[in-house]
Amino acid sequence: MMARLRALGAEGKRRIVQVLAAVLYNANVGGFLKGEIYRGNSKKFCVPGLNCYSCPGAIASCPLGALQASLNSFPSAVPLYMLGILLVFGALLGRAICAFLCPFGLIQELLHKIPSRKLKKNAWTRRLTVIKYVVLVVMVIALPLYFLMVNGVVTPAFCKWLCPAGTLEGGVPLMITNESLRSQIGWLFSWKALVTVAVVVASVFIFRPFCRFICPLGAIYSLFNRVALFGVRVDKKKCTHCGACARVCKMDVRIVNDRECLRCGECVSRCPTGAISCKFMQKGGTNHEKTARTHAGAGASVLHGAGDGTQPGGGGGGSL
Amino acid sequence: MRAKIIGAGLLAMGIALIFAGLSLGQEMSVLRKAIFVCLECIGIG
Repeated sequence: MMARLRALGAEGKRRIVQVLAAVLYNANVGGFLKGEIYRGNSKKFCVPGLNCYSCPGAIASCPLGALQASLNSFPSAVPLYMLGILLVFGALLGRAICAFLCPFGLIQELLHKIPSRKLKKNAWTRRLTVIKYVVLVVMVIALPLYFLMVNGVVTPAFCKWLCPAGTLEGGVPLMITNESLRSQIGWLFSWKALVTVAVVVASVFIFRPFCRFICPLGAIYSLFNRVALFGVRVDKKKCTHCGACARVCKMDVRIVNDRECLRCGECVSRCPTGAISCKFMQKGGTNHEKTARTHAGAGASVLHGAGDGTQPGGGGGGSL
Repeated sequence: MRAKIIGAGLLAMGIALIFAGLSLGQEMSVLRKAIFVCLECIGIG
């Protein structure tokens, strides 16, 4: 078995971790059969990825749902516990959580395996990645606080009006098995089902559309990418700035380890000189975005980084 | 090196915030929300 594991490529090993994480997060299998959610003490803790705590199988909480819920005591109490959890996850792993530990990311990747024409990433898809920061600020922070001011209680706006994970993992299983909930279906469920179907269909043609353009949790973790202790390291002495890493990447990276990098490790095997490695406690790079933008606009495939020069990359598109 | 120090600092700060939150019982607000079906999350409330 160890030999078989060793023979797996980066994607194969990552897939195993993704599946194990999804199974572990949703270990309360009996909940699916009974149409009830788990109520144990482990729900005080959060899983790092997007996994609705109303999923019948969920044994821990969703960090986004928990963050919005903990705003109920704001401003008299700052949600230190939830901020601490997000800091720990982000500082340790950054967006590696998206690649390895998010069940909804896994679902999108599996859907993308369905044979079809794939939409290529380009300069516009890179621009659209900014939307998830707007979703974070407006739907996860501003709107819940607004409803707290107006109604005296937080409305988890992202969970209520947008999150497809809640519908897919929580809503659908519960509606199937729980008749009392099923009888309360209304326009909101129809809207959320529409959003979920749109994300599911888009995932077939576009790589991880929710992660790239909408997910506020990915937006939070992306802020830590440059400083996270687990990261991608590029050996400056071996790097020839060929740009193969950025070209092969399915995310909208300009350079390896920027805010869109998921640390999936698939660029490691594509580097012709073996300059890239995924390491814990790696040396981070400085901000190469400005340099990358200048060279990407000129269509150059060579990027030079400042500082410790750990970040080569390339312009141009790649298949999604 | 600087990034590594910042990352370690943020990790330490996060751990400290978790303990501060636990001392204030903030984990109970997470639990109280999570042990009931979130009607908004599943598309009802």
